[in-house]
Amino acid sequence: MFKEMHNLFQWAWLIPFLPFLSFLIIAFITKRSKGLSSTISILAILTSLGLSIGIGIGVISSGTELVEQPFLSTVNWLTIGGLKIDFGTLVDPMSAMMLFVVTLVASMVQIYSLGYMHGDKGFSRYFCYQSLFAASMLGLVLATNLLELYVFWELVGLCSYLLIGFWYFKVSAREAAKKAFITTRVGDVGLLIGILFLYKQFGTLDFYGPGSLSVQMATNFQDFALIGSASYLTIMALLVFIGPMGKSGQFPFHVWLPDAMEGPTPVSALIHAATMVVAGVYLVARMFFLFDHASPVALEFIAGIGAFTAIFAATIAIAQDDIKKILAYSTLSQLGYMMFALGVGALTASMFHLMTHAFFKALMFLGAGSVIHALHEKQNIWDMGGLYKKMPITTITFGIGVLAISGIPPFAGFFSKDEILAAALQNGHPFIYAVGLFTAFLTAFYMCRLFFVAFLGKEKQENHPHESPKSMTVPLMVLAFFSVVGGWAALPEHNFAYFIHYGAFEPEGMNWGLAAISVLAGLLGIGLAYTIYIKQAIQAEAIVARFPGVYKLLKNKYYIDEIYQWVIDKVMDGFVAKVLYWFDIHIIDGIVNGLALITRGAGSGLRRTSTGQLQTYALVFFFAVVVFYLVLAMGEGQLAALNPLAMLGGVK
Amino acid sequence: MTISVGLSTYLLVGAMLFCIGLYGVFAKRNIIAVLMSIELMLNAVNINFVAFSRFTPWANTAINPLIGQVAALFVIVVAAAEIAVGLALVITIYRNRQTTNVDDLNWLKW
Repeated sequence: MFKEMHNLFQWAWLIPFLPFLSFLIIAFITKRSKGLSSTISILAILTSLGLSIGIGIGVISSGTELVEQPFLSTVNWLTIGGLKIDFGTLVDPMSAMMLFVVTLVASMVQIYSLGYMHGDKGFSRYFCYQSLFAASMLGLVLATNLLELYVFWELVGLCSYLLIGFWYFKVSAREAAKKAFITTRVGDVGLLIGILFLYKQFGTLDFYGPGSLSVQMATNFQDFALIGSASYLTIMALLVFIGPMGKSGQFPFHVWLPDAMEGPTPVSALIHAATMVVAGVYLVARMFFLFDHASPVALEFIAGIGAFTAIFAATIAIAQDDIKKILAYSTLSQLGYMMFALGVGALTASMFHLMTHAFFKALMFLGAGSVIHALHEKQNIWDMGGLYKKMPITTITFGIGVLAISGIPPFAGFFSKDEILAAALQNGHPFIYAVGLFTAFLTAFYMCRLFFVAFLGKEKQENHPHESPKSMTVPLMVLAFFSVVGGWAALPEHNFAYFIHYGAFEPEGMNWGLAAISVLAGLLGIGLAYTIYIKQAIQAEAIVARFPGVYKLLKNKYYIDEIYQWVIDKVMDGFVAKVLYWFDIHIIDGIVNGLALITRGAGSGLRRTSTGQLQTYALVFFFAVVVFYLVLAMGEGQLAALNPLAMLGGVK
Repeated sequence: MTISVGLSTYLLVGAMLFCIGLYGVFAKRNIIAVLMSIELMLNAVNINFVAFSRFTPWANTAINPLIGQVAALFVIVVAAAEIAVGLALVITIYRNRQTTNVDDLNWLKW
C-alpha cells in the first residue's frame, strides 16, 4: 500500500503542471471560446485536487516516516561550474496539507467564478490567469530549494498583479496592481539578498536531504559574528524574513492588501485570503531551521511584527465600511496571528491556522462576492441590510465563517486560534498572548458588526437581492463544511501536530482553561456587536462622537498610505531623485559624451596631417627613414649587425 | 698640405648633392623645380655608384668590370623616362588648374 503511494509521490509534479498546461492552452488556443477556457481550467484544477487528495492519503498512511525523510524528486536544471540547481518536488506532510488547501480553494473559486464572472468580457483571460496562478502556487508549495521557491514566488506575485488589475480600464485597479507588485518587490529584495548570501556560505539552497541547508546548519556549521555582535545566521534570518513581510502583508508592507480588493472578489478570496499571502508564512515554516539556529532575536522579531500586525489591522477593521476592506484587514490580522505563532516557536499551530483560515476566509470572501453580485456592485455595508430573507444560503454560510473566525467551538477557528494563544503563553510570551487575546475579541467584534449590519436587521428599499446561482452557492457550502470540520484535525490521536511539527514531537492535550478564556473573548466581541448593532442599546454614533480623533485615525488606516506618499513625494522625488538625476546627466552622460569628445578631438587633431600636399608626405617619408636609421644604428643585438655606420667606416 | 682624395671624398660629394636635392624636393614651390631636385638626387646616386666601382678592389687588377658605371647609365635612362612621364603629368595639371604652385595642389586635403 505504501509502495503504491510512494509511486504516487513521484507524480506530484503533475499537480502544478496540469494547471500550467491549462494556462498555455487557454492563452494560445481557446482564448476565443469562453466555455472551453473555463472547462479546461476547472478540469485541470479538479484533477490536481484529486491528485492532492491521493497524496494526502498517502502521506497520512505513511505515518511519521515522511516527517523525518521528506520525499524528494528532483531533476537537474542547470549546472554551471560549481553552481548546480535542481528543480523538483518535495512531498512531506506540510506540503501535502498546502497542496490540499490550495487545490480545494482554487477549484471552489474557479467554479464560483463561472457564476460571478458570467458575462464579463475578459472571461477567458480570467481563467487563463487563474490557471497560471494555481500552477505557480502549487509549484511554490512543492519547491525543493530556495531558488525554485523564489521563481514561483515571483510568479505568484505576477499573477496577483495580473488579477488585481484585471479590470484594467479602471484607474484604481491599475494603481492597486502596481502598488501590490512594487511593495512585494521591495520585500523580495531582502529575500534575494538572503538567498545569495546563503548560497555563498553553504554552497547549496536545498531545504532537506543530504548536504542541504537544514543538515548543514544542524551538524557542522559554526556560526560567526557578521555585523557587530549579530551572528551570520541571525542576519540571514532577518533578510529572508523581509520577503514574507512583503508577501504576507506584515507591517509596514501591509499597504498593498486592502488596495488589492480592486480585483474581482473570487480573486480576493483565492489570492489575498487563502493562498498567495500565506506563501510568506509557508516560507518561514520551510526555513524554520534557519530561524531556529539563529539567535532568538530573529524569532522575537517575527513574533513582534506578527503580533503588532494582528492588532494593528484589527483596530483598523472596526472602523471600515466596505465589506471587502473589512475582510482584507481581517486577513492581515490573521496573517499576523500566523506569523507570531511561528515567532513563538509554534510551527504546528501556525500551519493549522493557515489551513483553517484558508477555508473560512475564502468562504467569507465568496459570500461577500455573492452579496456584491446580488446587489449590483454595492460594497458598503450600510447600504445593505436584512439580506437573510432573500439570500439564506449566503447568510448561513457567511455566519458559519463568522463563527469560525471568532473562535467559537466546534468550528475550525476555535482549535487553531486556541493552539496559537496557548503556545504563546506556554512558550513564555505573556505580552504577545495578551495582544492575541485582545485581537481575538476585536476580531469577533468587527466580523459580527459586518454580519449584523449587512445580513440582519431591516431591509433597504432600493435593494432587490436574489440568491446566487448554484455555481456560486455550492462552493460556499463546500467551504462551509470544511470550516466546520477543519478544526477536528486536531482531535484524533494521529492529529495535525503528529504530522506537522518541528523538532521532536510532544503530544499535548488541549488546555481547556486557556480555551475557555479565548472563547470568552470571542463571545464578548459578539456580545458587544450585538448590543450596538442589533439591540442598539449603545449607539455607534455616540461612541464615535466621544472619540472623534481615534475614529478618524482608524478610518484612515492610521494615515500610513499618506505618510508613504509624502515620503515618496518629498524624499524620493524631491531629493533622492534629483541627486540621481544629476549623477546620471553629469557623470554617466559625461563619461559617454567625453569618450565621443575625445574621439572627435583626436580626429580633428590628427587630420591636420592630411594636407593633400605632396611635399608634406615626402617629409613624412624622410622622417620615417631617419627613425629607421636611428633604430638600426643605436639598436642592440641583431640590429647591430646591420649597422651601416660600421660598414661605412670600413672602406677607405 | 696634401689632402688625399679617396672614396670617402666622392661619397661626401654624393651625399651633399643628395641633401641639396632632398631639400629641393621639400621646399621648392614650383613643380618643375621639384622634378629638377629629384633629378639631382638621382645624379648624386650615380656619383656613389661610380665611386664604388672605381675604388672596389677587384680580383683581377688589370681589368675593371665597370659595374658601377653601367648602373649609372641605367639610372640615367630610367631618369629620362621618368621625367617624360612627370612632365606629362605637370602639363596636364597646368592645363587643369592653371598653376604650377605645389601648395595649390591640395585637393586631397581634409
